[in-house]
Amino acid sequence: MAIYGTALLSLCLLVGMIVGKLLGLAMGINANVGGVGIAMLLLIIISGRLQAAGRMLPPTKNGVLFWSAIYIPVVVAMSASQNVLAAVNGGAVAIAAGFVVVIVSFAMVPLVSRIGRSTGVDSLVETEDAASKGFDV
Amino acid sequence: MTDFLGAVESVLVKYSLVTAFAFVGTIVWLSYVASQRITKGRLHGSAIAILIGLLLAYVGGKVSGGEKGLADIPCLAGLGVMGGAMLRDLAIVATAFGVRLDEFLKTGISGVVSLLAGVLVSFFVGAIVAYGFGYRDAISMTTIGGGAATYIVGPVTGAALGASSEVKALSIAAGLIKSILVMTLTPLAAKWIGLDNPRSALIFGGLMGTTSGVAGGLAATDERLVPYGAMTATFYTGLGCLLGPSLVFFVIRMIVE
Repeated sequence: MAIYGTALLSLCLLVGMIVGKLLGLAMGINANVGGVGIAMLLLIIISGRLQAAGRMLPPTKNGVLFWSAIYIPVVVAMSASQNVLAAVNGGAVAIAAGFVVVIVSFAMVPLVSRIGRSTGVDSLVETEDAASKGFDV
Repeated sequence: MTDFLGAVESVLVKYSLVTAFAFVGTIVWLSYVASQRITKGRLHGSAIAILIGLLLAYVGGKVSGGEKGLADIPCLAGLGVMGGAMLRDLAIVATAFGVRLDEFLKTGISGVVSLLAGVLVSFFVGAIVAYGFGYRDAISMTTIGGGAATYIVGPVTGAALGASSEVKALSIAAGLIKSILVMTLTPLAAKWIGLDNPRSALIFGGLMGTTSGVAGGLAATDERLVPYGAMTATFYTGLGCLLGPSLVFFVIRMIVE
């Protein structure tokens, strides 16, 4: 059933966020450290195991894939609920700082990419799952 | 007539999340049509949709005077839920489904390097810009530098150091500008910075750090890159909050005082 997939996804996110929160507490900072990243690793590992055991049935998969397919609309809703007005009214120093840091960070992507480049393939592999994600939204 | 409008509005407000689905669906549809018909597919439909979203958020802020863009208009309040941290994170995690574990692990060291470089460079670039605009004490420079990291790192750092509320507000604004620019400029810059494979997406996430910026920017570039960028970006704000009021502040204070 689809809810199994959605429940698995939700559990991964909850566990990840709790671990991230605890990591933050352990470091003495009021921020979530890597919650989403931990949740992603959990989902990859658990769903991989279930798949290998043949327990990841198509309806279960769809319970995860729906949320993956709804990702772009969620991002559109996110952009529509940003405080764009405050950003634009923030004054020259805020605009300059934001602008310069983005340009510098963009320029650093190719630089850091050169560090420790493996000889392995760096291309996007179209896995079966990646392809089936394409409900195309 | 007012009865009629009142009835419509009451339904839209009561079912605000459903209203948001319908509203966003319409924006996305119009954007994909515009992408095909007007730009002949050169500008990705999702990039157009995100731009429209940001423009509407500006208008929404003007009209309502609130802080959540279009979501401050009662019948569109559902946008705040749909695009809020809860569903956004759920959807981001879902994009990792089907990704192979070794694709994350083989990037290992460059992911860590990109995170450290991203946080430190953002702080120092932001601090230098702040200095140029006359904010020359170490606390203000570090706080605005934190804003150049993300709009959470800025105020958290400022609160820890005891920055003025004006400076904290500036740091939030700097972070918002960064996030908006990353959302809109990434698809344009992607070709120049080699952003077309999982490895560079992971590094990109670590260097940019703004979750909303990375989420939007990669979605508008190539949806398949999203999980990689999101993975590193998720560690960025925590690292920034950790290094800002400590290491970065000490170094900046040593330099300017």
